[in-house]
Amino acid sequence: MITINHKLFIAMFCSLFIASGHADDMHDDHGGATYHAFWLEAQHGGGSEGDKSHAEWDGWIGGDIHKLWLKGQLEGHKGQLEESEIWVMYSRNIADFWDLQLGLRHDSQPESTSYAVLGVNGLAPYLFETQAHLFVSDYGDVSFRLKQKNHLLFTQRFGFEPYYQLDFTAQNAARQSLGRGLSDGELGVKLFYEINRKLVPYVDFKYERKFGRTAAIARNAGEREEDWVISLGVKLLF
Amino acid sequence: MNLFTKIFTGLLALVSVIPALAATTEQTLVIDRQPVNITGNTVDKITVNGGIPGPVLEFTEGDTAVIHVENKLDTPTSVHWHGLLLPPDMDGVPGIGGFEAIPPGEHFTYRFDLRQNGTYWYHAHSGTQEQEGHYGALIVHPKVAGPVQADRDYVVLLSDFREETGQQIISNIKKSPHYYNYAQRTVGDFFTDVREEGFKSAWQTASQWGQMRMSPTDLADVRYDAFLINGKTNQQNWTGIFKPGERVRLRFINASAMSMYDVRIPGLKMTVVQADGQYIEPVEVDEFRFAVAETYDVIVTPEANQAYTIAAEAIDRSGFALGTLAPQQGMKGPVPEKRHRSLLTMADMGHDMDHNGEAMNHGDMEMDHSGHNMSDSDTAKMQSGWADANTPKGHKALQYSDLRALEKQQDQRPPAREIEVVLGGNMERFIWTINGRKFSDPEFEPIPLRYGERVRLSFKNNTMMAHPMHLHGMFVQLENGQPAEKLPNKHTVNVPPGDSYSVLLTADEPGEWAFHCHLLYHMAAGMMSKVVVAEYDGEMPQMPTVSDIDNGGHHDHH
Repeated sequence: MITINHKLFIAMFCSLFIASGHADDMHDDHGGATYHAFWLEAQHGGGSEGDKSHAEWDGWIGGDIHKLWLKGQLEGHKGQLEESEIWVMYSRNIADFWDLQLGLRHDSQPESTSYAVLGVNGLAPYLFETQAHLFVSDYGDVSFRLKQKNHLLFTQRFGFEPYYQLDFTAQNAARQSLGRGLSDGELGVKLFYEINRKLVPYVDFKYERKFGRTAAIARNAGEREEDWVISLGVKLLF
Repeated sequence: MNLFTKIFTGLLALVSVIPALAATTEQTLVIDRQPVNITGNTVDKITVNGGIPGPVLEFTEGDTAVIHVENKLDTPTSVHWHGLLLPPDMDGVPGIGGFEAIPPGEHFTYRFDLRQNGTYWYHAHSGTQEQEGHYGALIVHPKVAGPVQADRDYVVLLSDFREETGQQIISNIKKSPHYYNYAQRTVGDFFTDVREEGFKSAWQTASQWGQMRMSPTDLADVRYDAFLINGKTNQQNWTGIFKPGERVRLRFINASAMSMYDVRIPGLKMTVVQADGQYIEPVEVDEFRFAVAETYDVIVTPEANQAYTIAAEAIDRSGFALGTLAPQQGMKGPVPEKRHRSLLTMADMGHDMDHNGEAMNHGDMEMDHSGHNMSDSDTAKMQSGWADANTPKGHKALQYSDLRALEKQQDQRPPAREIEVVLGGNMERFIWTINGRKFSDPEFEPIPLRYGERVRLSFKNNTMMAHPMHLHGMFVQLENGQPAEKLPNKHTVNVPPGDSYSVLLTADEPGEWAFHCHLLYHMAAGMMSKVVVAEYDGEMPQMPTVSDIDNGGHHDHH
């Protein structure tokens, strides 16, 4: 699996290089230029299990068709890094509002695991920002994540962002304390105030829980299967 | 030496004498980057001869213009003479028609004959330099007294100013298309609609926009720190002096990168005498919508000994460019009340009525997924929101259909063929196209025109923004319902959102010419094409037809 991943990685970088290889002024001035956008969120709060810190980044560099897409997240609990995901993907525009994405994800926590990623990123009707990704781990396990959010305004700067995320696995993965089916879910809302487009403080109210066999595994291990977290955060755009 | 050769030699001698009779007018433009303070903060901007805008260049028809351009920037630059008929290698678009960008630290001398008179302008055609100050007015006076006489003559050049650089602006829009839109719909607006028109209607509207993933508030892509008249802010108050009863000619030039305006001078009727530098039959109006890159010359005759306010209000109602006409310096008239901002409607998405304005055209509404039946309240939503300037009752706003050429059009042939020009785009990713292509696309194809042929360009705007389409090198004639000999010449044609518009063109200027949307960041995002006028042996290169282009639905227009 790892070897395939490496080849994929090379192919993806090559196509990016080819895409931007013939850039010149004329080309750049009229639709061929390279741009980027990176969103970084950092938040700290507390839930029924004590304090929680969370950071995530999501963004791209590239042209209108071909992009290098980087994302990831870190989650800490009582000063310990509990979850860590780092993603690197090639993202290709395939329809007005949609990109197809192909790449790698590496988790160092809770367990060192690498995944091949295939998914879509885009804007669904009613302006739902949508990410849907399928993962195949280096153990051959298959899982899937769906994430959607919306951006609504009370005033031109003050508004809220409802969101949810669902994780599914296709098989029991005892190693990762995951049971087949819907495993994890979170539902939340961020109340934000845009000081400007690049600096947005927010308060995040989030409910998260485990489902089905995954919940049972947690219960048996003496862990909670659900949690409420309230956090203060800031979102930056680069 | 036979008779024919003698006549030929004689003619040759005569032709070589003519240029000697014409005067040569030399000008020098120095393009530099300098600190300027317009908004209260000092920022580096591009200046032409030390100022923003650059100097007003004045010439006389029939003369030869020799313009030395010195590039003191650290990047290549260019100057395009907007609206002038000239050889393609003097047109100033790098990479098109044989012109190459002027490298940093170097000079270039433009040399061309002035074959027309009127109000024109010049600006950079490199990157986003135009946004940063690289623009100015250019006037060509008639050789003998023209049809328009005035006691006073002023340039009124409008521009939009932001402290950020042009590159920062487009980078921000590419990160987030609504980056500069601080007039978006809110949850409160939705409940207001529910109160005013009922839940069903409010939800229908919101849901249509939601399904299309678009916003009815997209009237402008960039929000500006200031709108300027002749480089002056509203506080600095550019003032044109008059004596009561004098005829004052105002040469309005919209040199803004992205901003369109509704222009009025409360208390004064404006008589429009030129559009895009070309004489028209005088038409009296109270206001006119002013697209980017257009020019209008108007005559006003202020009778009272008072100050009059020139008010150009941005169509997204984010502000005014204000100036004054007054009997003496230091006077100021009242600032007109800010007008209500219109919202875009389904009509602006092309979900509109037939062109005859009677029957609803349901069958081919490409984006109407809901399939609902039209009720009376829907009919109001079928009026274009974009076109609604909230002009007071009884006031006359200039329409393209009012424009009638002053002199008879030379070429009144019907078009031999029609070329469709599909304006497309995707606001969400800020991609803008002509005939489905960006200029940078490897598949991009220029538009071939046979030298001397008469064609119709049929614009079809599939986007929810208006696009001021500018053809270099040649004037087009608006098919505005006037008789063939009265069709007005334009260099820039504003095509309203979701609408179609057609123009005629005589391809009588050989060479390569740029053809693009004059909204600077639309052009920068790819909304540019190229027209090639040449003698073609036999087969013309094939143009992609509209059916080849993924433009969604199809309209039943003519």
